[in-house]
Amino acid sequence: MRFVIALVSAALAASVIVSAAPASDAPDPAADAEAFRNYFVTKFPKVKLEDFVNGPYSMNKDMRRQWQEKEEFPPYEFALEAGKEMFAAPFKNGKTYADCFENGGIGVRQNFPYFDAKQGEVITLELALNRCRTANGEAPLSYVKDEMASLTAYMAFTSRGKPFDIKIPDDPRALAAYENGKRYFYTRRGQLNFSCASCHVQSPGERLRAEILAPALGILNAMPIYRSEWAGMGTISRRFITCNSQTRAVPEEAQSEDYRDLEYFLSYVSNGLPISGPGARP
Amino acid sequence: MRHIVLVASLLIAATAPALAASEADFKAAYAAADAAEKEAGSLRNQWLTTETTLKAAKNAADKGDFEAATASAKEAEALARASIVQATGEKDRWKDAEIR
Repeated sequence: MRFVIALVSAALAASVIVSAAPASDAPDPAADAEAFRNYFVTKFPKVKLEDFVNGPYSMNKDMRRQWQEKEEFPPYEFALEAGKEMFAAPFKNGKTYADCFENGGIGVRQNFPYFDAKQGEVITLELALNRCRTANGEAPLSYVKDEMASLTAYMAFTSRGKPFDIKIPDDPRALAAYENGKRYFYTRRGQLNFSCASCHVQSPGERLRAEILAPALGILNAMPIYRSEWAGMGTISRRFITCNSQTRAVPEEAQSEDYRDLEYFLSYVSNGLPISGPGARP
Repeated sequence: MRHIVLVASLLIAATAPALAASEADFKAAYAAADAAEKEAGSLRNQWLTTETTLKAAKNAADKGDFEAATASAKEAEALARASIVQATGEKDRWKDAEIR
């Protein structure tokens, strides 16, 4: 009998160890977001939390001064106007973008991306806009060109100041998408062996040639952005593709599952920080 | 003197085929590089450098310069293999960089 008890005890102890091990690796987005925020707040104690959305301008006084002057006549203004017109213009069937979104698409940017339980995938704002177009018989827009950037610029502008409110529903597929985005963010790739985190976690505020690297916290809040380097507007898709190319990795297709999941992860960990887009960057 | 010329000629004749890459050498090197790059693609971790080096190999071959073409193909294979090693290593290693 004593032997049986000993065996049962040993088996129980073993099962506790076995079941405890995966628990430590179980996805915990809320804990991730807290740790993410704490990392940046500790690293940059002088930067106010809501200021992280201003990217390199929160890290460098001189750049901040230049930006503040630039904001008097912001370079994204033309895109904003164009986006407003495009948003209101009816499709051939008479409907508009407003028909595809909650609240007519006004002040909803902070809720994107979201996990669509019906389709089992992450829906970004760019994807939702193109799906709206195709559902209404229009050709989809390029994810990396001016028209998409103009539309998202206008929608972001109507959400300015509203905090990111990304939800991860209690759905294993949503958690898997979040985890995949996290994996993508921390994975090194390209001949230069860089991950997204190499620049935007390990080195924000540092110079990479002429650029000052932005912190990952709040990095998507300012999207889309006018970049002087591009001499034009850029969407989140364009940003991801360019980042990959800069590490000499073959980029994925715009709005690939990996990129959408990456956007989901990055937006979630910036929950609570205000939308500041459209933005302007050097 | 005649003896030296003869030896030199024999040496050149013997080594020339080993040095100059043929079209067959290029094809073999390119096939190996292409297969490695496809493997990197299945891991979603191709490098731009590999792609441009593969293109350079093909361009050189199109011009009949199999020496340069073979060298580029071999370089492309090495790059593709490095990207495979990177993808395989990063499968779990990314977790070490995670903010916790």
